[in-house]
Amino acid sequence: MKRVTRHRLFWPITALLTLVIVNTIARPQFIAITVRDGQLYGALIDILRNSAPLMLVALGMTIVIATRGIDLSVGAIMAVSGAVALTIIGGSEDPGDIGTVTVALAAALGVSLVLGAWNGLLVSVVGIQPIIATLVLMLAGRGVALLITDGFITTVNSEPYSFIATGYLLFLPVAFLIALAAIVIVALLERRTALGVLTEAVGINPEASRLAGVRSRGIIFGAYVTSGLLAGIAGIIYSANIRAADANAAGLFIELYAILAVVLGGTSLMGGKFTIAGTVVGVLIIQTLEATILFLGVPPAQSPVFFAVVVIVVVVVQAPQLHRWFRRRFTSGERSASDAKTKVEVA
Amino acid sequence: MATSVETRPKPDQGLGARYGTFMSRHSSLMPTFAAVAILIVLLIGAQMQFGNFLTARNMSALLLDNAYLVVLAVGVTFVILTGGIDLSVGSVMAFTGILLASLLAQGVPAIIAIPAVLLGGAAIGLMIGVLVQYFNVQPFIASLAGLFLARGLAFVVSLSSIKVEEPAVLWLQRTRFTIGEFYITPTGIIALLVVALAVYILHWTRFGRTVYAIGGGEQSARLMGLAVARTKILVYVISGVCGGLAGLLLTAYSGAGYPRNGIGTELDAIAAVVIGGTLLTGGTGYVVGSLIGVLVYGTIKKIISFMGAEQSWTQIIIGILLLLFIVVQRVIVARSARRRR
Repeated sequence: MKRVTRHRLFWPITALLTLVIVNTIARPQFIAITVRDGQLYGALIDILRNSAPLMLVALGMTIVIATRGIDLSVGAIMAVSGAVALTIIGGSEDPGDIGTVTVALAAALGVSLVLGAWNGLLVSVVGIQPIIATLVLMLAGRGVALLITDGFITTVNSEPYSFIATGYLLFLPVAFLIALAAIVIVALLERRTALGVLTEAVGINPEASRLAGVRSRGIIFGAYVTSGLLAGIAGIIYSANIRAADANAAGLFIELYAILAVVLGGTSLMGGKFTIAGTVVGVLIIQTLEATILFLGVPPAQSPVFFAVVVIVVVVVQAPQLHRWFRRRFTSGERSASDAKTKVEVA
Repeated sequence: MATSVETRPKPDQGLGARYGTFMSRHSSLMPTFAAVAILIVLLIGAQMQFGNFLTARNMSALLLDNAYLVVLAVGVTFVILTGGIDLSVGSVMAFTGILLASLLAQGVPAIIAIPAVLLGGAAIGLMIGVLVQYFNVQPFIASLAGLFLARGLAFVVSLSSIKVEEPAVLWLQRTRFTIGEFYITPTGIIALLVVALAVYILHWTRFGRTVYAIGGGEQSARLMGLAVARTKILVYVISGVCGGLAGLLLTAYSGAGYPRNGIGTELDAIAAVVIGGTLLTGGTGYVVGSLIGVLVYGTIKKIISFMGAEQSWTQIIIGILLLLFIVVQRVIVARSARRRR
């Protein structure tokens, strides 16, 4: 039993299950999943589908945070990537053409890669603090996205493009499958090769790992490129879902939710050890909590209050100070006994 | 300061050497000088381009349009000087602004409503400070909780905007004291007073010097017996109160409270502080620099509206400027580190 509770995913998974159980008690149809026309339907499936953009962004954020960094620009990259894709599709002769959509996707992903590389360059080569280096793009990126869309909300009707967000494949939403594929690829790369260990080494002590022969510069650079690319995919899914490129609203606050998901999953912001499974659970907690808040009839705009409470509870529960205080509280009897004993011995 | 002995030039050396000494002795002032230089270049450039830019009306408006940002930037400067960061200020401004409008609409007199609103800002700052100091939460995450809390509370107070009709609040914006062609409203005076007060606190009080000491090295400050815990909490409270005051100014400026106000303003405030020459690692920087930073921001915004270009260029140019200043700071820090060796 102790081994189960000691597992680092114990508390995140408990929180997720509690949320699901509370929801199911409040409205039994929450847990129900029905099959219609070869597609799965249900509240849980919706949560999986809607979590795709946050899942992708949080995945990249996990890697960046593991290198002791942070990427604030993911929301802006999402906005840029959606704007690029939809501007190309909207400007073409035939928005429904697969070829057009492929070109648009390639362009959007290419731009995201470049933006990620820019962040990586500033952090790993120029040596600027990650918060500030990515703040630059966070500020400027949204402006770039607005310029691409001319300040308008570009809307397009393209079947193949919206398929990315709303389509189904093998009973499951395509958006979820994309997120799943990203999780599997990143997990394989990080956990089945030495990359994950090297990333953790860089995060725990950059100087020592450099002296030990780890190419920390390349690893940090790669982390930001990955984060940029994943944010680009998230931007495509987001814009495909609403069939519009909204440079102001796309990915707004997503960096904050992604960081929250990573922290909820048990990865420390101090860098080093990271858990991809934890981040996945963290994202699902956030998405389920959002569904719960919506179900309670709270206006979505007010939901940040709940997240604030969650953040505060999580960080306070994790705080070593509190643990020390509890230990002192509950073991004070034993301690004073042992103190007395040592005194006797000294005497 | 023993190292300065080696770099001291002989008296007969020329202007260049004296310039070099000045630079090396006052390297912490350099970024702020750079900000002043950029502001002057921007103003002169705009005047040459448009011909009617440096008018009294325009210059007065520059301060008044950005009064709320000045107050926010002052609060953030305190936090950044200790090596922390405060992401919550934009949301705190929105929350206090809408709270003020709502209280006034319910008939609460301004003399009670305004202090209540400032207390609200202080409470959120206190929460962030306690999380940072006593629960070892990183400032980034603690103030993120503050951001969420304040933004959500703003929408709890009201989902839509509330008009303000209280004469005392509107007086802040409508009254104009004219000095020749220039004019200033009470909101502008409040912003300048906040800057003056902050300069006094940071440079001539024990608390202010402790703020710098913590930014320079928290461990050393603690070993020197300075009140580190109290000071670190207080800077977040100050930032919260500044957020509350900015809420008052913005409400007076726009004549209404709106829960969507100030989305992303925390980034503008941080950018202004950095452009003004405060190092994000803490310990180095000036409040007056933050005022200059805000003015640079406001001037760029104004130039862009003069050119009739998209306002989104503001964000891009501020981003580029931010990058430029960070690189300059990076070079300065690297150089002074080399000198110390």
